[in-house]
Amino acid sequence: MSGRTRTILFLISAAGLAAVFAWGLRNLPPMGDYRGPYGYVLTRVAVYERHATDTVNAINYDYRGFDTLGEEFILFASVLGVLLLFRPGGREDKSKKRVQLEDALPVSDTLRVGMQAMAATMIVFGVYIAVHGQLTPGGGFQGGVILATVPLVVYLSGNVKTFEAIVSNPLTTLAECGGAGGYGIIGLLALLGGAHFLTNFVPLGKTGDVFSSGTIAVISVTVGIEVAGGFLVLMQSYLREIIEERLQEGR
Amino acid sequence: MRLLECVVLLLVAITAPGVVLSRDPKCQVVTLSFYGLVCALMFFIFQAPDVALSQITIGAVMLPLMILLTLTKMRRQNLRRERERKK
Amino acid sequence: MILNYLAYGVAAWVFLWGLYGIVTSKNLVHQVVCLAILQTSTYVLLLAIGFKVGGTAPIFADIPVGAPVVDPLVQALMLTDVVVEGTVMALLLSMVVKANEVAGTVDPEELRIMMG
Repeated sequence: MSGRTRTILFLISAAGLAAVFAWGLRNLPPMGDYRGPYGYVLTRVAVYERHATDTVNAINYDYRGFDTLGEEFILFASVLGVLLLFRPGGREDKSKKRVQLEDALPVSDTLRVGMQAMAATMIVFGVYIAVHGQLTPGGGFQGGVILATVPLVVYLSGNVKTFEAIVSNPLTTLAECGGAGGYGIIGLLALLGGAHFLTNFVPLGKTGDVFSSGTIAVISVTVGIEVAGGFLVLMQSYLREIIEERLQEGR
Repeated sequence: MRLLECVVLLLVAITAPGVVLSRDPKCQVVTLSFYGLVCALMFFIFQAPDVALSQITIGAVMLPLMILLTLTKMRRQNLRRERERKK
Repeated sequence: MILNYLAYGVAAWVFLWGLYGIVTSKNLVHQVVCLAILQTSTYVLLLAIGFKVGGTAPIFADIPVGAPVVDPLVQALMLTDVVVEGTVMALLLSMVVKANEVAGTVDPEELRIMMG
């Protein structure tokens, strides 16, 4: 069917869908008046029960920790899927030797100096956000993604060799798998003591301290490691052929 | 404070068609990154800082980065196919 | 009165625009991005549901425990939503690259003809 026919058909159906939306959404309570009981109970109880001041992360890693386990395994499975789709097929030339990489990207001086300074700052910032997940907004996932963009900043400063060394290091794959498995192992360790899966069994410290709120901090750091490793492996599977070809052409 | 929330909701409502109507993926990367920032601003004004941090890192950095990597890889594949067809 | 329901209207509006982008798209990468836009409409809806007028963020580092705050459970749901969006888009984009490698085009019309 041609483009115009499709657009007209869609507009008619969209009018119907909009009517259904309006009919469905009119009975929701007006915005600003949510009366859900669970959120009310949790805001009053989370600080005393878990010594964690960030209620959202306490919910994510402790009260609803099982859902976050599923979410981390979704990330793991999708990285696995991308790796499977991009594995070197039989069509590639197997006799091609591995290109010896040098610092071959010509970048301006401003970019080189600026990006190196920024890389150092971003490492500290990413670790800070990941470690303080139970106290302030942030947590393992956000800190992990910030850490995963650090090798990209290094690449932008012209230092291709370091970027390749970081990204194809077997430690990144180990970080991703170790993080995903570590989450499950922390949950299983609680089973050893006779409690339920994913119980908070590490001693809760003082509220407001970095080493507080038991397994929330440990799980947050584990998730950060997994996410950083996962995104680095993702970037490597996209960039592997491109960097080698680009350096071969540039020579 | 009600005015600020209405303004940011209208900003989201105006930017979303902007992303859809940029048909070329190269242009869409920039508008998608801007839309990610506008969404993060909306989360921030609606008192959700955790989600705003996640949205900035994923929606304004990682997603446009992956789209750019996809476009580069597809362009390389097309160039290689052209080269093999000419042989 | 309209202001009470403006957020729900914006959620429906963004949803319909994302759907329009998917239906009338001529490029698979453009379709994937419109799917991401579709997913952001659910964020707007969840955000609007959990909001409380006069509430602040549910972080008790510097406010006393009984202060009026926005609902934290809905924000935990939104966090999972954002993460899943990022990962699903990564997988979809890698499938688009494979489709280009196998079929030579990223136009959904031409891809349909090449089947079988």
